[in-house]
Amino acid sequence: MKHPPGYTFRTEALSKVYGEGEAAVHALRGVDLEIPKGEMVVLLGASGSGKSTLLNILGGLDHASGGHAWFEGIELTNLSDRELTLYRRQHVGFVFQFYNLMPSLTAEENVELVTEIAQNPMRPADALGLVGLDARKDHFPAQLSGGEQQRVAIARAIAKTPTVLFCDEPTGALDSQTGRAVLRVLKDVNERLNTTVLIVTHAAATADMADRVIKFADGMIRDVQVNSEKLTPEEINW
Amino acid sequence: MSPLDKKMVRTLSRLKGQAVAIASVIALGVMTLVMMTGLVGTLSETRSTYYERYRLADVFAPAARAPQTVLQHLANLPGVAAVEGRVIGGALITLAEAGRPVRATALSIPRDARPLLNSYMLTSGRAPRVGRNDEVLLLQSFAEAVGLAPGDSLSATMNGARRTLVVVGLAQSPEFIYIAAPGEIVPDDTRFAVLWMLEDAMAAAFDMKGAFNEALLLLSRNANTQEVIAGANRLLDKYGGLGAYGLEDQASNRFVTEEIAGLRATVGVVPPIFLAIAAFLLNIVIARMIQSEREQIGILKAFGYTSLEIGVHYFKLVLVIALCGAVFGGALGILSGRLLSGAYQTYYKFPFLVFQISAGAFAIGVTVSVLAASAGAILVLRSVFSLTPAIAMRPPAPVDYSRTGAFGSRMKRLLDQPTRMVIRRIVRQPGRILGAIVGIACGMALSVGMVSILAGFDKTIDMTFSVIDRSDAMVSFTHPLSDTVQYELASLGGVHAVEPVRVVPVEFRHGLRQYRGAVNGLQEGARLNRALKSDLEPVELHTNGIVLSTALAKVLNAEIGDTIEIDVLEGRRPNLTVQVTGVAETLLGSPAYMSLEGLNRILKEPGRVSAVYLSAESDRLEALQLYFAELPRVAGISVKRDAEQAMQKIMNEGAGSTRYVMALIAAVITFGIIYNTARISFAESMRDLASLRVIGFTKGEASYVLLGELAAVVLVALPLGALMGYFLSFAISAGFSTDIYQVPSVFNPSGYGTAALVVLAASIVSGWIVKRDVDRVDLVEALKIKE
Repeated sequence: MKHPPGYTFRTEALSKVYGEGEAAVHALRGVDLEIPKGEMVVLLGASGSGKSTLLNILGGLDHASGGHAWFEGIELTNLSDRELTLYRRQHVGFVFQFYNLMPSLTAEENVELVTEIAQNPMRPADALGLVGLDARKDHFPAQLSGGEQQRVAIARAIAKTPTVLFCDEPTGALDSQTGRAVLRVLKDVNERLNTTVLIVTHAAATADMADRVIKFADGMIRDVQVNSEKLTPEEINW
Repeated sequence: MSPLDKKMVRTLSRLKGQAVAIASVIALGVMTLVMMTGLVGTLSETRSTYYERYRLADVFAPAARAPQTVLQHLANLPGVAAVEGRVIGGALITLAEAGRPVRATALSIPRDARPLLNSYMLTSGRAPRVGRNDEVLLLQSFAEAVGLAPGDSLSATMNGARRTLVVVGLAQSPEFIYIAAPGEIVPDDTRFAVLWMLEDAMAAAFDMKGAFNEALLLLSRNANTQEVIAGANRLLDKYGGLGAYGLEDQASNRFVTEEIAGLRATVGVVPPIFLAIAAFLLNIVIARMIQSEREQIGILKAFGYTSLEIGVHYFKLVLVIALCGAVFGGALGILSGRLLSGAYQTYYKFPFLVFQISAGAFAIGVTVSVLAASAGAILVLRSVFSLTPAIAMRPPAPVDYSRTGAFGSRMKRLLDQPTRMVIRRIVRQPGRILGAIVGIACGMALSVGMVSILAGFDKTIDMTFSVIDRSDAMVSFTHPLSDTVQYELASLGGVHAVEPVRVVPVEFRHGLRQYRGAVNGLQEGARLNRALKSDLEPVELHTNGIVLSTALAKVLNAEIGDTIEIDVLEGRRPNLTVQVTGVAETLLGSPAYMSLEGLNRILKEPGRVSAVYLSAESDRLEALQLYFAELPRVAGISVKRDAEQAMQKIMNEGAGSTRYVMALIAAVITFGIIYNTARISFAESMRDLASLRVIGFTKGEASYVLLGELAAVVLVALPLGALMGYFLSFAISAGFSTDIYQVPSVFNPSGYGTAALVVLAASIVSGWIVKRDVDRVDLVEALKIKE
């Protein structure tokens, strides 16, 4: 059975090469992985270890060079660009390190950007409420602090009630206190909406609040650790 | 409003400087198109309405003296719908307040009604009353120009007799839309008048009782004009018929037609060039604008927006800019078209204007702009869409400069770090730089083209009034006189030199081409008025051969060595066959030249002259004019200074005035191109510049990297643009030339210098604006922005 029920993602010998010949960079070298539904998973590793590449491929943002990846029984590595677009539209939420908000839209409008095209979205105000920003919904990104911007980005990502939420260094640009607040939001989303959350980070401490920690090095998985006891974001030691 | 639409609105307001610059360029392209097309439509529509309302004849049949009974025969010709005979004669008006004599045409009007054909429009006063043979209607434009009003009187010499006339009303007529004295080209309200008098008075003055000397014929819709003309010629032959001619050869109509045709040619050349350049610029700017949104496009794709949805979003952005520009341009075009039509009324006496808004031109302008902009957008979007969202979201990988090669150590010593950066940026991104160079070169070309045309207009005036015609005045006679008259005139005080000329009205024919004009018989070795070759050396006039002006040679499609036929339209009216022995360079009118002796011999009228050119003391000219006005044989005196001023005026205020509008537009487009180029370069390299500043570069040094590139682009664009402009100016000069005057494309180095200055000024202003922004860059913020 290629994709056992109860798993959000499964990969088989997944590889990714950037460039050709001498300049070729092997970002992923045969990754085998299973991620159960509803878990909070942290991908750890140094810069260039391949964790972001994996996230991009699972998120439908990039194509694999070899191997297979499945999302709930759908083989992602077989999808056309159009089908990947549909996959992202219906199932995936993204949170980026640099928030990537549209500078020309207010907090609420940034969220609307996603609810506009989602099948079963929440109300933008509710999404902002979840991240504690309902009072700042009419502010433009430039008027918000880094933490607030990241929370808007999270609200934007969860507003479509995605099956899976990808977070690429969500706290990378934030101070520890703000970072904790952001992690708290991610934790809430994971628990309340039963969304599978994948967090890419090189802040090892974040791992303590995850269900599962996958360590990357040189494009390969070095270690998978399942936490029987998890810390709350507030307890994390930065 | 969807969030994407909100994003679009806010993007527009962020890019407002650039959006306005792009929209302006589109607006100007559309404006020229709408303005010029509207003008053509307005003039031709107004003309036909005017002709129809005042029943302008289709055929004019002049004769020496024909009895009224012939009119019935003319009416019986197949295809003739209406006929009217009238008396037409020349007059020389002397104004009460000692002005100069003015040539006039006197026309008869029926005793008790408006003329059936070639009616007049009474603009003030009333028509002459039956029995009051001294009452006249006066041409409104002349009356206004010299300050005459109903109730005033004037003195006129008609058929050798002096009489005093009372002006009772002012009138306009479709027969005199373009008002120039007979045989002259340049219109001047003060130098030509038309009088309408009761037919009894005219018959008495010109000895035409029970007779007419011009028949007017209105044709039915499907009539064959040539057959009617032939029939009229047959009927009038024994009454001294001078050759009937169709409306297309009627002087005023011909000028109006030529003007419209010239404008139409300009419409076919100039606005498309402007629009094409605007479209090109738009394409480049939109492409680069969207390029800078690459990361946002990536995010939208990451969220699951389809390429179509994103494409539509940017298309809307382009559409808004293009449509705003086009609508604004259309409005400006209508406005300026109206203003120009008004200016045209100064030279083309239309009593009203039926302004035509050309929906077609507007649609073409909008479509071209939108297509050009969309093409620019589509190219970039396609390349962005081909990237995976993961790649698109990241700032583009640093441009690979490795292929630019290392500078040798000597170069390193010669070039400082910022200069090396400038050079590498240029070498590594040739496509981007080429786009900028071509864009600015287009601006330069447009400026060069317009400056060349401005110089061309001056050359036309200079050639005509200083090089070809070196006389001070021309005195024309009512009919050819003995050449001894020149000695009488030469003996007058203040006259330096006299040169005889014989002007004979003719119809030229060559193959299927024909043209109603005149042959000028010039004295051998003429010095005051000459036929010149293109190298400005006099053309040799053979005693049996004709020299055509370049314009006439073109109209007749004749070359040196060809044989052309000439129907003389005065005296015995012989038909001649002569060989073209030369072509003379003229920029005004379409004259032809023969030697005076040869012309007289071929006409079998030796020793006859119809006019003389004078060179005289300038302070004696006025007195000479008054003296000539007293001579019964003198039909008119034209002073060259007046004609030159009139010409200058028509070029500045009439048809030629569009060149100033065009020059202004060219300057605005040039600025638009350069400003956008600088602006986009700044947006693209803001982060690099901020990094330089952080490292410790001064504001000046950081700006240098950006402005150095702009300077290099401009320096390459200048010669390229000059070359393009050289060729462009030929197209533009063809567009501006009319049958009345030709505008040569003049290569004058100073003009190119002026155009270069325009481009440099635009570059400096754009550079300065961008430099201000470089200085203001918030270092921390700029570095925070992920592109």
